[in-house]
Amino acid sequence: MTRKQRRLYFVLLGMLALGAAVALVLTAISDSLVYFYSPTDIVTQRIPEGRRMRIGGLVEDGSVKKDGKTVTFKITDITNSLPVVYSGILPDLFREAQGVVVEGRMETDGQFHASEVLAKHDEKYMPKEVADALKKSGQWNDGKTPK
Amino acid sequence: MHRFANPARFLRLAKVILPWSSAIAVLCLGAGLYFALAASPADYQQGESVRIMYVHVPAAWMGMFCYTAMAVFSAMALIWKHPLADLLAKATAPVGAAFTFLCLVTGSLWGKPMWGTWWAWDARLTSMLILLFLYLGYMALANAFDDPERGNKAAAILALVGAVNVPVIKWSVDWWNTLHQPASVVKMGGPAIDPSMLVPLLLMAVGFKAYWITVLILRGRSEIAAQKVRIIRMAQIHAASRGE
Repeated sequence: MTRKQRRLYFVLLGMLALGAAVALVLTAISDSLVYFYSPTDIVTQRIPEGRRMRIGGLVEDGSVKKDGKTVTFKITDITNSLPVVYSGILPDLFREAQGVVVEGRMETDGQFHASEVLAKHDEKYMPKEVADALKKSGQWNDGKTPK
Repeated sequence: MHRFANPARFLRLAKVILPWSSAIAVLCLGAGLYFALAASPADYQQGESVRIMYVHVPAAWMGMFCYTAMAVFSAMALIWKHPLADLLAKATAPVGAAFTFLCLVTGSLWGKPMWGTWWAWDARLTSMLILLFLYLGYMALANAFDDPERGNKAAAILALVGAVNVPVIKWSVDWWNTLHQPASVVKMGGPAIDPSMLVPLLLMAVGFKAYWITVLILRGRSEIAAQKVRIIRMAQIHAASRGE
């Protein structure tokens, strides 16, 4: 084996070992790498009240109620939903059936008190005319709210 | 591949490519910016803010592309000791760092009106920030030794180690819940982006790549010239000291 070949195998083996190590570490700490939990995670895993966390899901249709500065709505992943209370400025994209991430605490009243509401944007990009045409022809499928 | 490791051959090839790469860069960036900023439609959700995407997404691709190129050059330098490979890896680093920085800044500017925050510590944003630090670390390490050979070697190893971050960036949005949206262009089932928006995006991406090739040629050329000057100077000093 020449020195060049030896170096080649050394680099390849090194990259393979490193890749495997990183993959193992990332799988092991996967739970703490998620940016938010789903309402189902909260319901099934019984996360203690008062712990600060983020929940992501859709704003349930017809659940948004505004009372002065305070907004209440339900965040859902279709299977489960959670009531959320928030007072503050909502992002422009906030609306019903829109994906959002809320940050705050579960309180003893069974409601999630959010201190921050972020809107999630999906991967679709299209001009308004195209979106309107799709909606008109019944081809509109936002992939998140199956009817 | 080994054929092109020869500096003289590189210079000949560079002479042929340079006018093309610079022309493509200027044309694609000109046309791309015109379509991106004026001739493309506003998005149905994001409105005019969508125009940030035409710089942000190609810049992000460039950040990952340049890092991959840097890692490949570094591997070539470590394994085959090609004289040019180190040089090209070092020429790529600042380009990649600049585009990664541009990606982070434009993303932040887009995030404020769309998400409602400048920054979120989700897997995609964090791994992209790590990419920027890897570039900065690479450049610092390459210049941290008195002996440039040792600096190059240490930096090449860092470039290879950091390469594991590139697939993590790409698939972070699929592996974990992130605030950042999943891929729109390079994904299963074809792009989820309207053709009127995809065209300026791809024009910008091609323009950025052509810019990288142009910079690579210019920096490669000037580095080769600088090395020649160094060698001549050393020879002169030797000759002078022997003459006395």
